Amino acid sequence: MIVVEQLTKTYQTTKGSVLALDRIDLQVRKGEIFGVIGFSGAGKSTLIRCLNRLEEPDSGRIRIGGDDITELRGRRLRQARQKIGMIFQHFNLLEGKTVYHNVAFPLAVAGHPRDRIGRRVREILDLVGLADKEGAYPAQLSGGQKQRVGIARALANDPDVLLSDEATSALDPQTTYSILELLRDINRKLKLTIVLITHELEVLQHICDSMAVIENGRIVETGPAEKLFLNPESDTARKFVGVLEQYRAKRGWIEGAGAGI
Amino acid sequence: MRDDLFDLLWEALRETLYMIAWSSFFSLLLGLTLGILLVVTDKGHVLQAVPVQKTISLLINGVRSIPFIILIVILLPLSRLIVGTSLGPTAAIVALSIGTAPFLGRIIENSLKEVSGGKIEAAIAMGASPLAIIFRVLIPEALPALVRGVTIAIIGITECTAVAGAIGAGGLGSLAIRFGYQRFREDIMIATVLVIVLLVQAIQLTGDFIAKSIHNRRFKIE
Repeated sequence: MIVVEQLTKTYQTTKGSVLALDRIDLQVRKGEIFGVIGFSGAGKSTLIRCLNRLEEPDSGRIRIGGDDITELRGRRLRQARQKIGMIFQHFNLLEGKTVYHNVAFPLAVAGHPRDRIGRRVREILDLVGLADKEGAYPAQLSGGQKQRVGIARALANDPDVLLSDEATSALDPQTTYSILELLRDINRKLKLTIVLITHELEVLQHICDSMAVIENGRIVETGPAEKLFLNPESDTARKFVGVLEQYRAKRGWIEGAGAGI
Repeated sequence: MRDDLFDLLWEALRETLYMIAWSSFFSLLLGLTLGILLVVTDKGHVLQAVPVQKTISLLINGVRSIPFIILIVILLPLSRLIVGTSLGPTAAIVALSIGTAPFLGRIIENSLKEVSGGKIEAAIAMGASPLAIIFRVLIPEALPALVRGVTIAIIGITECTAVAGAIGAGGLGSLAIRFGYQRFREDIMIATVLVIVLLVQAIQLTGDFIAKSIHNRRFKIE
């Protein structure tokens, strides 16, 4: 579904150039939830933003479905983007538009007729559980509701892929859980491929089928999500899982052998 | 107080309102164009064209650095060319529009720059064209700030109509100079100033009201 080959990106800063992505290779299968995990500054955000060319890579190829994303220009690129939904850490909803018009935005941009937009918006708001918030403005919603609007907006155009840029990082644990459930639900119902980046282990644990660990702009480990917990190989993965292990050990010591998390 | 006062004031007020309305309209058209271009042609924006951005910016600074009363004189031939005369309120509209558009352009630029980059990125990610981003994201999202900025600019235009009055544009400024100052009619001077003060208050209150109602609709928690 998604194939990334030798993707490289450097940033020019006043102190010189910084290598953000170093010859990244990735493959995401159709219909799976793929998680990229890493610490801050590892390059995960740059990676996901290259997938819809919000960030311009220096070299390498990205193919999504039949499109060679790295080759597209102008109108063709915009059409490809209409089939790649994206959700953001800070939601990025339009504050001057109601929930209805936020979700209608990508449809209007794609040039759909008004009556079709109306039907689709209501259908998708139903799916994310916000049918009663159609006329509300984003400022009148909670964080979790805002992200649901973000998800509805990303799904409105019936995309092939959903990109999630730290979508739960600004939410409390309970809301995070409900948003993850929603993503899992959507993934199953719509057979939608989801690529997400995160620094939260729970996200990976709850919903990811496959994962990649990114460290200093390089993929240091890939495989099924379970592998990260059962057999972490990279430094980053060990550090993430190590925190869990410490608590497990401590709890075993307090409650005696056999207790676990 | 003499009985010609109200007739004179009424006539001058009508001329002033006529100049404010049309100058604001044309200045807004020009200013919006300049403001939008300044923002979207900037580095990293949706229609990046840095040389265009720099040129417009220089042009705006150039026009803004000319004192308005001198600008009117410079633009007299243009007024004659466009409206056929260099005297009266209609002629003044040409100079007022061109003279205040750069200021309005800067104000609009500032308002549009307040729209967060994240919203623009979200629109790009949805495949929106640059035009869609300008008219469906930038302008609607900046609307309360735009209304407040345009209010400031219209008050600026009101001041400028009074200045234009000094060199033959008519209106309240002209009345104050010709009658109040040159003919020592203190009653006219005071009345004119009073009317201008009230006019500016009315414009500010209207602007505040519109901006506030847009803001409340979007951000009031129910």
